Amino acid sequence: MLNIKIEGIPYQVEEGLTILEAAKACGYEIPSLCTFNHGECNVGSCRVCLVEATGARGLVASCVYPVAEGMEIRIGSPAAVEARRHSVELLLSNHNKNCQQCDKNGHCELLYVAQLTGARDDAFAGEHSETFVDRLAPGLTRDTSKCILCGRCVERCKNAHGLGILGFENRGFNVIVSPAENRSFADSPCIQCGQCVNVCPTGALMEHSEIDKIDAAFKAGKHVIAQAAPAVRAALGEEFGYPIGTPVTGKMAAAMRRLGFERVYDVNFGADLTIMEEGTELLHRLTEGGVLPMITSCSPGWINYAEYNYGDLLPHLSSCKSPHQMQGAIIKHWWAKQNNIDPKDVFVVSVMPCVAKKFEKEREQEKVDGIPDVDAVITTRELARMIKRSGMLFTRLPEEDWDQDIMGDYTGAGVIFGVTGGVMEAALRTVYFKLTGKEHDPIELTAVRGHEAGIREASIDINGTTVNVAIASGMKSAKVLLDEIRAGKSKYHFIEIMGCPGGCINGGGQPYVRPVFLPNEPDNILDIYKEKRAQALYSEDERQKVRQSHNNPQIIELYEKFLGEPNSHLSHKLLHTAYAARVGFNDVE
Amino acid sequence: MGHLKTEAVEKIREICGRYKDENTPLMMILSDIQNEYGYIPLEVQEIVSEETGISVAEIYGVVTFYSFFSLTPKGRFVIGCCLGTACYVKGAQQVIDKFSEELKIKPGETTEDGMFTLDALRCIGACGIAPAVSINGKVYPKMTVSQVREIIAQQYLIVEKEKEAMGGDHA
Repeated sequence: MLNIKIEGIPYQVEEGLTILEAAKACGYEIPSLCTFNHGECNVGSCRVCLVEATGARGLVASCVYPVAEGMEIRIGSPAAVEARRHSVELLLSNHNKNCQQCDKNGHCELLYVAQLTGARDDAFAGEHSETFVDRLAPGLTRDTSKCILCGRCVERCKNAHGLGILGFENRGFNVIVSPAENRSFADSPCIQCGQCVNVCPTGALMEHSEIDKIDAAFKAGKHVIAQAAPAVRAALGEEFGYPIGTPVTGKMAAAMRRLGFERVYDVNFGADLTIMEEGTELLHRLTEGGVLPMITSCSPGWINYAEYNYGDLLPHLSSCKSPHQMQGAIIKHWWAKQNNIDPKDVFVVSVMPCVAKKFEKEREQEKVDGIPDVDAVITTRELARMIKRSGMLFTRLPEEDWDQDIMGDYTGAGVIFGVTGGVMEAALRTVYFKLTGKEHDPIELTAVRGHEAGIREASIDINGTTVNVAIASGMKSAKVLLDEIRAGKSKYHFIEIMGCPGGCINGGGQPYVRPVFLPNEPDNILDIYKEKRAQALYSEDERQKVRQSHNNPQIIELYEKFLGEPNSHLSHKLLHTAYAARVGFNDVE
Repeated sequence: MGHLKTEAVEKIREICGRYKDENTPLMMILSDIQNEYGYIPLEVQEIVSEETGISVAEIYGVVTFYSFFSLTPKGRFVIGCCLGTACYVKGAQQVIDKFSEELKIKPGETTEDGMFTLDALRCIGACGIAPAVSINGKVYPKMTVSQVREIIAQQYLIVEKEKEAMGGDHA
């Protein structure tokens, strides 16, 4: 332990901490900006966290300067306060201050430190660097006029995926953070997962909002149907002040109904349908010598990664569409028919924890007879924006159920799709039944559970046959499994891969987790939020009476009345898709 | 992509291989490629990325940070005008402006015939002979505006002499 003083008061702190961390441990929050998540990004570039410290020459950036024995730190000295204000004013001098139009408003850390430090407008008015705006990619947008060059996104892309799509380029006043050659995300091998959006402190990186499309569909008198993914309910509450990990399923259904959607469905129904199709596909591959291991295909970020980097392994991917695409196809080609509506007049909105889904729905391979399965995808954050602008007080909404007219009923298996390992567990519950004729006891297969990135593996004994499975989330982990397959050394039969570390609960469209804006959450919230959100889903699974997809009565009915059987000709037409290798840096003129 | 000849791809891989045991090989690899080809376009950076595991964005960042590296082909003669403090106060701006005027290109550009590239350099450490101009490594001291035309003419002479040395046979 080291003896230090902050504002003249003695404290004992651990060795090896930065001044910022030591001060936090002693109960001080030094205004800071570029630093993030235990030094995941720590370039000390923004100079917002300057303090006085004995033994140092001048003021020091507390996010990178280590504490030392006997150090006396002054956070509130006039010189430190003024220096921090100047740092923010310098950032603002080259910042596009159209805050009222910025979708990051309310979550913007730059605006927060500007208020905290008392930064004056145009204290250093002068030239602005050239602005580049990228709105070509369906998933996410980039606006350099909002970028403060902190590098958080650069680090997150590398840490989550080993990708490094974003980097600093050029020099001096011309520096920007962008894909190589200042390309659009659409013209680089970006998988559009949105992890960079989740860490961007300002509005420089945002999801590509589609709220306008929904407004236009309502105006045009379409039958606007909404469906929400499992992971959304585990995080939407955070936007309305609920503690992280509070499931808000009932209020969410109520809110969506009040937004005017003609039906509000749970994508869990589509998840159950996915299990029927994907489970059957796995059984065929296992028993008929198909390509193994089979890899899940629910995560469009992962699909993008595979198409860019592992074109040779695409036959390993399940041909199943992701749950919301399947459900969209069923809404347009079955629900519409049952209700005597032309599918062209139906507008399907998916509420997703994901920005890559915005890209996925645009794929040619996701259309049936030229009709897209899904017309608009909004993130959990965009849904919160729609709810807020509607005037609803979310916390006072009643708990309501999802629509379950001729579809929409769901099981616990569908709910857990939102967490890494969930698709695997849901599939195994059904595959086990199909092979043995009885349900797995206990229902839970906890061996595949977890909430962090990294690889988990398990072996399940089914009627004397051992099925080896592995689960990875984040492309850095997935790469290990994929390289094994490429080298012919994979021992697995079935692999689940999710694009975002931790799975959909940590998707690129989920509410921002920023400790400065979460005063009631514990200090280590960045370490435990994924676990909390995952728990929200596992608890909903436990509350369901039916917990295996093959026991969903409406799914059984759908096959009896419409699809025939899993992997039937009609199933293939509506519910399955195809993949194609893509070139990362395609030629652009 | 896929515009590179197989030999070029092999050569770039070979260059990357030279620094396999280095902890931070990128600058050395890029220097060798710059010297070998005169520029480092994106498709070459992609190969370096594959070989080293360093992301294309990071490589691109390094290439665009250092003025020594170039994304586009440079001319036969690279005229570097030092605009460091000492050269600047001794009139370097007028010198580079004169080169610009004579060659009809802006700093950073290359003449259409591929003969000259004009670069503005930071201090090249030749303050004692300011203003200094460096052409393909040869330093010209105490440059004045009136010398510019003569120096350009000298470069053409160098090319002429090379042609003669090769026997004048260009058929």
